[in-house]
Amino acid sequence: MIIEGKQKIWSDYQKDIPDDHYFYVRSCIRQAFWPGSEVTFLDITRNKLGKDFYENPYHTTCGGIAYHSDTIPQETAMTIIARQFALMHESGYENYVCSCITSFGCYTETLETWHEYPELEAKIRQYLWDSCKKEFAKPKYLAHASDLIYKFRFDIAKQMKFPLVNVKTGKPLKVVEHIGCHYSKMFPSKGFGGAEYPHVLVGMIEAWGGEVVDYPERRHCCGFGFRQYFVQANRGYSESNTHKKFESMEPYEPDLIITNCPGCPYFLDRWQYVIAEQTGKTYGKNGYGIPALTYEEVAGLVMGYDPWDLGLQMHQVAIEPLLEKMGIPYDPKKKYQGINGKDLGQPMCPSCIKSV
Amino acid sequence: MKDNILIIGGGAAGMEAAAQLHQMGLNPIIVEKSEALGGHVAQWDRLFPAFHPAKDVVDAMLDKVKGIKTYLNTEVVDIQRIENGFHAVLSNNETLDAKAVVLATGFDIFKAERKQEYGYGIYNNVMTSVELEKFFRTGKDERINNPKRIGFVHCVGARDVKVCNTYCSKVCCTTALKQACEIKEVFPDAEVYTFYMDLRMFGLGYEDLYLKSQKDFDVKCIRGRVCEVSEDREGKLVIKAEDTLFGKPLKMTLDVLVLMCSMEKNKSIDAIQQKLGVANNSDGFMQNKDMYLGMNDTVQDGVFVAGACTAPKSLPDTIGEARSVAAQVYNYINKE
Repeated sequence: MIIEGKQKIWSDYQKDIPDDHYFYVRSCIRQAFWPGSEVTFLDITRNKLGKDFYENPYHTTCGGIAYHSDTIPQETAMTIIARQFALMHESGYENYVCSCITSFGCYTETLETWHEYPELEAKIRQYLWDSCKKEFAKPKYLAHASDLIYKFRFDIAKQMKFPLVNVKTGKPLKVVEHIGCHYSKMFPSKGFGGAEYPHVLVGMIEAWGGEVVDYPERRHCCGFGFRQYFVQANRGYSESNTHKKFESMEPYEPDLIITNCPGCPYFLDRWQYVIAEQTGKTYGKNGYGIPALTYEEVAGLVMGYDPWDLGLQMHQVAIEPLLEKMGIPYDPKKKYQGINGKDLGQPMCPSCIKSV
Repeated sequence: MKDNILIIGGGAAGMEAAAQLHQMGLNPIIVEKSEALGGHVAQWDRLFPAFHPAKDVVDAMLDKVKGIKTYLNTEVVDIQRIENGFHAVLSNNETLDAKAVVLATGFDIFKAERKQEYGYGIYNNVMTSVELEKFFRTGKDERINNPKRIGFVHCVGARDVKVCNTYCSKVCCTTALKQACEIKEVFPDAEVYTFYMDLRMFGLGYEDLYLKSQKDFDVKCIRGRVCEVSEDREGKLVIKAEDTLFGKPLKMTLDVLVLMCSMEKNKSIDAIQQKLGVANNSDGFMQNKDMYLGMNDTVQDGVFVAGACTAPKSLPDTIGEARSVAAQVYNYINKE
């Protein structure tokens, strides 16, 4: 590995985005999968870093899942997106940041398509007016939320309480970075670090003290792949993709996987349980899996947020071994307690992968 | 006094054109930016399809240009049209007047790092065809350490919309098979694979080389493009490709991967080309006047082109063009 080669690419693929005043849109599925991630992002940016990130309660899904599943035409998805942009404009913002990678891909694709085909933009402008009576507008800057955490990674490092270091050995944690396919594979120049060697998560890992694992199936899809999973008969493809990645990363003994996509941590997390049930094999040590976290969850952990406030109990793979490696204190009794101590109920104990 | 002909470029085209013009009684003057004549051919070990030593060809060409005024380590930094010819300023501050100009500036090698998915400059054992040729010439390259399995990727930077080069680079297919045979000569036990889109074996003896590579050297040709290269824990390369004849994806571990880099227009001549009023064609190379009857002419009176500055060309094609440009220049000088 020639690190200078990667560094050259990283310096070539930097993008100019502002560091403040953003219109923030959530993902339609992340709040169900990882309920602590988006709220942590907003808390870090607003309250820890003092930035202006505005949410409008009337924003909706971007339509990306339906679009990529071939259930709505592109014009419909574009009109939904035009409505989101119109809400941004009405709210007085011109910088747009989204939580979801697929949304980011859809927004990027839409803006590029409008740029290349102005007649299509004119058509969508009319559709927006006909359907919503809203004024068409485009963002001045488009960013994915992980771009902002990347941009603020050194500010976060200044407030860091628990670096990505094994407190028992003093060595950096070995971290696998997994980039959502729609981040930069379609438009390499729109992602920090480009498509082949993205820097967006690598930069966070290195800034927070971890060591990046580059393994042969690094670029491979997590296994979500939309139709691979949504079409029930295809789910074997989904699982086999995830299995391929874990077999490839296993020899490197990673402590953690960090992702920037709604679906990736879900499939990298849940399929570990299924693989364990089917084969008896686990990829972490001592019968545990490898935690697959969102970048907001990792940012929250290093900054000292309570693991259960971050929603880490929502992961199938037990987080406790990672917390102990990082020296993060936690109360096991509170793992399944909600706000005000409400009992959330405990998941059924899987037979082949340790859950606590 | 003989008529001066300014020849910009001292590679195969420039040397051969100069030699021919000299024989015709004119006074060619070669301006070469590097420290030696010979161009890319001088960097090569053996030539396809007959494995002929490149040095023999270069030496013969050098012999033919003995006595011809040559500037090395020199570039044309300015050129203006004057009455009855051109006035050129060289980087050594000398000036010269010439009746005609021959652009024989050749090509650049495609920068392999632009195809990021192949990992050149990232993974240690990914190398270019030029670097492999240097290994054949010198026997030295720390990346080549008794390899057991070697892959060649054709069309790196050619026939590729992603890098905006849609043209065929013409010589890479044959070069890949030549080099595949040569690496088998050095490492007979190694497995050698080439990954191709189409094998364009168009010239005399090329198809024979294709058959020889399989019959005599057991080179395995796989019709499909490599899409991704990565590295395993031992530093071996893991490639993914599609075998389109089997209709199946393929994953393979290699010790060395060789990228057959295409030719690109030599951009170092752009400023002078612009001053001479010679445009580029749709592939980004220099535009000649007519692809059939005016391949050495440009739309500018007294400005001629030869060799790979107008398109990728093999060495025989380049030498043929150099001879024809000499005839064109001779006729131009003697038109009255």
